Amino acid sequence: MIKINGEDVQGVEGISVIDYLNSNGYNVNRVVVEKNLEVVPRDNMNNVLLEDGDSIEIIQFVGGG
Amino acid sequence: MKIVLNGELYHTSCKTAKELSKELKFNENENDVFILNGYQESYDICLKEGDEVFLINKNTLPPKEQWEKIICARHTPGIYEKVKKARVAIAGLGGLGSNIAMMLARTGIGHLHLVDFDTVDLTNLNRQQYSVCHIGRFKTEALKEQLLDICPFLDIHIDTVYVTKDNAFHLFKDDDIVCEAFDNAECKAMLTEELLSKWRKTALIAASGMAGYGNSNGIKTRKIRDNFYICGDEVTGAEQGIGLMAPRVALCAAHQANLVLDLIIKS
Repeated sequence: MIKINGEDVQGVEGISVIDYLNSNGYNVNRVVVEKNLEVVPRDNMNNVLLEDGDSIEIIQFVGGG
Repeated sequence: MKIVLNGELYHTSCKTAKELSKELKFNENENDVFILNGYQESYDICLKEGDEVFLINKNTLPPKEQWEKIICARHTPGIYEKVKKARVAIAGLGGLGSNIAMMLARTGIGHLHLVDFDTVDLTNLNRQQYSVCHIGRFKTEALKEQLLDICPFLDIHIDTVYVTKDNAFHLFKDDDIVCEAFDNAECKAMLTEELLSKWRKTALIAASGMAGYGNSNGIKTRKIRDNFYICGDEVTGAEQGIGLMAPRVALCAAHQANLVLDLIIKS
């Protein structure tokens, strides 16, 4: 089981972080992803895979300030 | 009895505020301001050992060495000593950052670190703490000048630079708390990634989603984990058709500034 933003998500094991973001409509340059409380560096998102037991937090930024 | 009067230790035998006012030759004048333990009170009240009392005349400027404590007279007692030691950085001095800076300066945050590369232009004035006289000046310098006009005793360090992936960590490494206050979503994500991945002792308070108007209660503070918070509605971005306006931007800035205080006081 993988938790993404607090919800259990099925069928995403083995997918890279970048593929998950792209196939779920996220703008890769506007998010910060934490895997088990560790930041996944943007230039390493294609190498880091979603694995059973992971807790993933995707923080999505919108513009304005 | 020992009390603290206008920030200094004072011995008195007066039992009430009325007697103290007479002793200090204020004589309950209508131009006096009397504050007891952070709260404006009437002269009928009794005094007790250790009370923090401020008594000033509205039309007379007290000695400069007393200003700092008198400006903070309405604070909850004990707060001033804590905030005076804090080091807080603000990354971006637009609608969020300039408002956060004003609030933190009025709170007496001892060390402020202001970072922005940009100059003030007319399109900033709908929500940012600048005036026509600041047009064309660096935001760092224009803001520092205004903050020192309000609280001359603050220690304000400015960096007039564009924050990048390469300089972010070095720029903010000495700060206890960093407020992310950029306009651009990619810059927000970049700074958050850099600070969170390299350095965990510092608290980061980011902002996302404060465009438009209305729905005040949609602006929230969310704790992601220890030392990482996000303020805003996390949805409403600035885009064509949705502008940035003073009230909602200031609401989000106030969330960030209020959390800064909370973190400092609880630390």
